[in-house]
Amino acid sequence: MNVLTDNFSLYARGFLGTVELTVYAGLLALALGFLMASFRVAPVASLRAFGTVWVTVLRNTPLTLLFFAVVLGLPRFGLVLPFRVFAVLALGCYTSAFICEALRAGINTVPRGQGEAARSLGMTFGQTLNLVVLPQAFRSVIPPVGSTLIALAKNSAIAGAFSVTELLGTYKTLNELGYDIVWTFVWIALGYLIITLALSALFHALERTWGVAR
Amino acid sequence: MIRTARAPRAPGAVLGAVLGALVLLAAACGKEGSPPGKGPAAGKLPHYQVDRNFRLPASGTWTRAKRRGYFVVGAKEDQPYLGEKDPATGTYSGFDIEIARMMSASLGLAPQSVHFKTIASANRETALQNGQIDYYVGTYTINANRKKLVGFAGPYFMAGQSLLVRRDENDIHGPGDLGGRRVCSAAGSTPYQRIRADYPKAVLVGYDTYSVCVDNLLTYQVDAVTTDDAILLGYTAKAPGELKLAGRPFSREPYGIGVPRSDNALRFALNDALEARQRNGDWKKAYEATLGLSGVPAPHPPPIDRYPAPDGRTA
Amino acid sequence: MTGTTALYDIPGPRTRQRHRLYGVLATAVLLGLIAWILYLLFDTGQFTYTKWMPFVYKGIQELLLRGLGNTLKAFAIAAALSLVLGGVLAVGRLSDHRPVRRAAAVLVEFFRAMPVLVMIFFIFVALKAQPLTALVAGLTLYNGSVLAEVLRSGVNAVERGQREAAFALGMRKTQVMAHVLVPQAVRAMLPAVISQLVVALKDTSLGYLITYEEFLHAGKLIASNLDYDLPFIPVVMVISPIYIGMCMLLSWCAVRVSRREQRSPRTGAVAVATPGPGALLPGGEPPTVPKP
Repeated sequence: MNVLTDNFSLYARGFLGTVELTVYAGLLALALGFLMASFRVAPVASLRAFGTVWVTVLRNTPLTLLFFAVVLGLPRFGLVLPFRVFAVLALGCYTSAFICEALRAGINTVPRGQGEAARSLGMTFGQTLNLVVLPQAFRSVIPPVGSTLIALAKNSAIAGAFSVTELLGTYKTLNELGYDIVWTFVWIALGYLIITLALSALFHALERTWGVAR
Repeated sequence: MIRTARAPRAPGAVLGAVLGALVLLAAACGKEGSPPGKGPAAGKLPHYQVDRNFRLPASGTWTRAKRRGYFVVGAKEDQPYLGEKDPATGTYSGFDIEIARMMSASLGLAPQSVHFKTIASANRETALQNGQIDYYVGTYTINANRKKLVGFAGPYFMAGQSLLVRRDENDIHGPGDLGGRRVCSAAGSTPYQRIRADYPKAVLVGYDTYSVCVDNLLTYQVDAVTTDDAILLGYTAKAPGELKLAGRPFSREPYGIGVPRSDNALRFALNDALEARQRNGDWKKAYEATLGLSGVPAPHPPPIDRYPAPDGRTA
Repeated sequence: MTGTTALYDIPGPRTRQRHRLYGVLATAVLLGLIAWILYLLFDTGQFTYTKWMPFVYKGIQELLLRGLGNTLKAFAIAAALSLVLGGVLAVGRLSDHRPVRRAAAVLVEFFRAMPVLVMIFFIFVALKAQPLTALVAGLTLYNGSVLAEVLRSGVNAVERGQREAAFALGMRKTQVMAHVLVPQAVRAMLPAVISQLVVALKDTSLGYLITYEEFLHAGKLIASNLDYDLPFIPVVMVISPIYIGMCMLLSWCAVRVSRREQRSPRTGAVAVATPGPGALLPGGEPPTVPKP
């Protein structure tokens, strides 16, 4: 029980580490995912191919292998960055493939007629995209993007094994200090529950505000 | 995700074919033996006399090992001339491995019969506690916190944090000379943290494994590698013409043999065995055949720390 | 080309020409990118003889194959056990008894909200299990819980009329389940189940972190050997196509099964789940069945 009170700062550091990883990797994943999704629906064949390869490869790569390749492989090209940055890179790229698919599915849920109607009203491509298609797509992608980001928060635990401070990694220090290992893990589990439940609550709220029943 | 609505058979069939071809290719051609290694050929390993009449019924670990016919020993797999596993043959070699083998011989089981198991640093205590291994020999520093979880025989080697530099480096003689220079170590490890706390002027580079650090040292991307001298000696032994140790060790890391905490009988027996092997010269021979290839002569073995049984339990 | 999106009209001649220009530009940029990566690979000496030479030896190949075998072994055991656990938990969640339903729901929700790695480490460190046991147990708890949700939503997705008709014929609940709902639900959910198995296959690589001697571990052993010039990149180039290939093969099975079941008359009363791990992310919602 006193594992938590004795080591609160250690737990807090781990917890914040996980949150930080999730936030940065999440932003990277959203940006990259958006880019890839736009590639995948672009009228240019080579961009579409690139998007498809990106998604297919990353979705079928084990995250541990990706971490291995990024953390141990990239320095071989003279790219020496802090482990935290590598972790954000690996998590962000991996998650971007799933985000991309969620966004693309969202765009595809908008009926063709909507775009046709918009164009027949004389809207330009930008207007069609920004005023008609994206607002509708946005609503239907909230749940899948939410679950992808929750998965990201959970996947960030792998970073602990690659020398990044995060929640799961705190068990090593506490085990070395001789604390009761079961309680150590109880508090770690609670930390993850807080993060995943908070994310899920956030996206439920978003969906209530913006989502539509179709 | 595989969007071939017209020809649904194609991607899977192609994939299957490619995978199959890869496996076949791998199985079809292959050179026997293991790829050539770097550095000087391994020295002639000493032969350890087996104590056939040894009995230690008070030790549960020993009794189980005796019935099994061999010891299961935890070790490292990525430290040249200390504890290294040959990827091709799966055999372990190095100074720690030799220590494990001579201990087996002293405890009455053939030194070649030892089964080694790679145990990551983070899992050493767990592996000893749950009986995955009988004892552990792998750059295991004795300290008070760990003594709460496991027992330590030895120390069998007194290591200390030191610096590894290129042979042609003349400006680094100790950690004080590291200001502005790039120093590499395993991220988050004790040596890494010590440099960060005590020598903040050094530019720290952290990697996952020391072998990457050494590679970076050889390619001039860093100027020094720091960790326990025993580990650094192993790398020096790989490339004695290119690497050397700089200055004196600036910490004390007594390496012990980890045993299950409750098995004091085994711990005392290992202490006796270590002392005997140091006296009859086997310890020195083992050093010379492994870490000694670095050119650094064998040091004096440290005195055995015979601390009493904890919790008032007797052997 | 994108016949399904609302984004574009069918392009006219000028637009087509513009698109062709973009295409040329984009292709040039992408080719440049590939060339740059190749240059980096050659420049840092990733194709030197010493770095690739180990793969020629039998011992190394056997090490890799042994690792691959261990990966597949862990996957097979975990997949079988997950299916069993998923079935049991799904039955629990569909039970008529409230305490059973509650207990199953709590278990499923808890294990879905936990990172798999936390469970694996807990079993490995706190329960002191062997690496294979810890890996398989962790994967089973997690994937079993997700599969329970998949199966449950499959049963609930079968048209209400079927259940009502079966009850009206005087069948008991077990009979309704066993003869009417479950066979249809399983068929409809097969693609989603297979996609979840892809997740399990990918997650076997977590065994690397607890020193289970699987495929990635074999690769690491070769990659961190100074004798072979630290062939990190060659190792990644050898093992990742095999990993990706295995996962793609399984994903492709899911797509095929999904197509077949969609055409099959036996799934007339239930919408077939779309395959793809996208809908089945760890911790995500269970695959949403498109509303009929």
